[in-house]
Amino acid sequence: MINLEPYGNPQYFIYLLIGLIPLMIGLYRGHRWRWYQSLVSLVFIFLMFDGPKLEQGIALIGYVLWEWIMVGGYMAYRNRANNRWVFYAAVVLSALPLTFVKITPAVAAGHTSIFGFLGISYLTFRTVGMIMEMRDGIIKEFHPLLFLEFLLFMPTISSGPIDRYRRWLADYETVPDRDKYVGMIEKAVHYIFLGFFYKFVMAYFFGTMLVPRLSALTLHYGGDGLSWPLVGYMYSWSMYLFFDFAGYSLFAVAISYLMGIETPVNFNKPFLSPNLKEFWNRWHMSLSFWFRDFVFMRLVFAMMKTKLFKSRVTVSNIAYILNMLIMGFWHGVTWYYIAYGLLHGLGLVVNDWWLRFKKKHRKSIPHNKFTEAFAIFITFNFVCLSFLLFSGFLNTLWFVKP
Amino acid sequence: MDVKETVIEILNDLTGNDVNDAMDTNLFDAGLLDSMGSVQLLLELQSQLNVTVPVSEFERTEWDTPNKIVAKVEGLVG
Repeated sequence: MINLEPYGNPQYFIYLLIGLIPLMIGLYRGHRWRWYQSLVSLVFIFLMFDGPKLEQGIALIGYVLWEWIMVGGYMAYRNRANNRWVFYAAVVLSALPLTFVKITPAVAAGHTSIFGFLGISYLTFRTVGMIMEMRDGIIKEFHPLLFLEFLLFMPTISSGPIDRYRRWLADYETVPDRDKYVGMIEKAVHYIFLGFFYKFVMAYFFGTMLVPRLSALTLHYGGDGLSWPLVGYMYSWSMYLFFDFAGYSLFAVAISYLMGIETPVNFNKPFLSPNLKEFWNRWHMSLSFWFRDFVFMRLVFAMMKTKLFKSRVTVSNIAYILNMLIMGFWHGVTWYYIAYGLLHGLGLVVNDWWLRFKKKHRKSIPHNKFTEAFAIFITFNFVCLSFLLFSGFLNTLWFVKP
Repeated sequence: MDVKETVIEILNDLTGNDVNDAMDTNLFDAGLLDSMGSVQLLLELQSQLNVTVPVSEFERTEWDTPNKIVAKVEGLVG
């Protein structure tokens, strides 16, 4: 049976384009054929999860049913009442399948949860975000079909970018006018070719050619501490991570554009960020903005409203650390993901302290091209160091060395 | 005190700058407002003007200059 990994190779784009052409003709002429869009999406989702991935496909169907009941059920409840404990319960239940998937490998080494499938983490952001917006009274109605079309929006199903229901719906319910749509197609073509370069040239070079060699060198000759091959591994793996994920994200955005949906972009020259706070405004943006809006701001709001702490600085520091720790746990329940989250939380605390200090002593701190370049250099190296942790290579080096 | 004055006073307090000279400046790009500042703004609006804006209603691009914020709040009050 044919199984197609999303954006796995250049042929995939040819199949995808053939499937999308009728939809594009419709959009160009001012119509959105929803039934055709749903059909073509289901075909490609089927091809992602059939054959050897059938177990994942079944997990996906179970997951969708579960979330349909959770989100629909919460909306029905919220239209009548607004108890906070019901809200917390709805969030926890909606995230429950993902929680199982993340915890199973940590408690039973070598096992993966039967609830898992490619993309479950990304779909969970969509459902939990919806429940939170229902609680706030921003989403007022649950539409059984539109919910499914949003949840299963095909271009972004496997790894984001993470879209929001209200933003997505506004695009989906309209057809871009012809000039705008032509502009979106131009952008899509540009993104696809840039994505080819990122994923099939740059990510291949760093990920397939350099990383395994540097890994072997470090393991055989590098010892447990700092070594040149380890430094090389850190930079190569960081480059690989960026080009692989940014390339994938460009594809997902491009295919969304062809379907007349302006899925948000995920990367904006992250390695040129002058500080860590700015880095998170430019790296995996749809994820960090989700965390900013649904975790950080809510934590701050709750802590300030209840006057839990006197100092604003304490509130924001606690929120930074919790926010990044949760993000670490979301990546997976392993020491290195959690340490990665903690490191970024602490990094943001220090960054914020420095920004306040700089604001206070604006006159005595020099600011020129050299200091700007230095700031980018420091940020870049901090980030690469954190990615070395994130890569899990230190775990291999220190604990499971072959 | 009218709504506009109150909002400007809140913004002056939060940013540590006089925003009267910068009514169309993007406060986020200028580094004067961040997520922390946004939440404080929402809380001040609630306590001083009795305007309730849930966090998920806070779409950054609609709240990024003093003029936009004033217009937004005036809409919610009136």
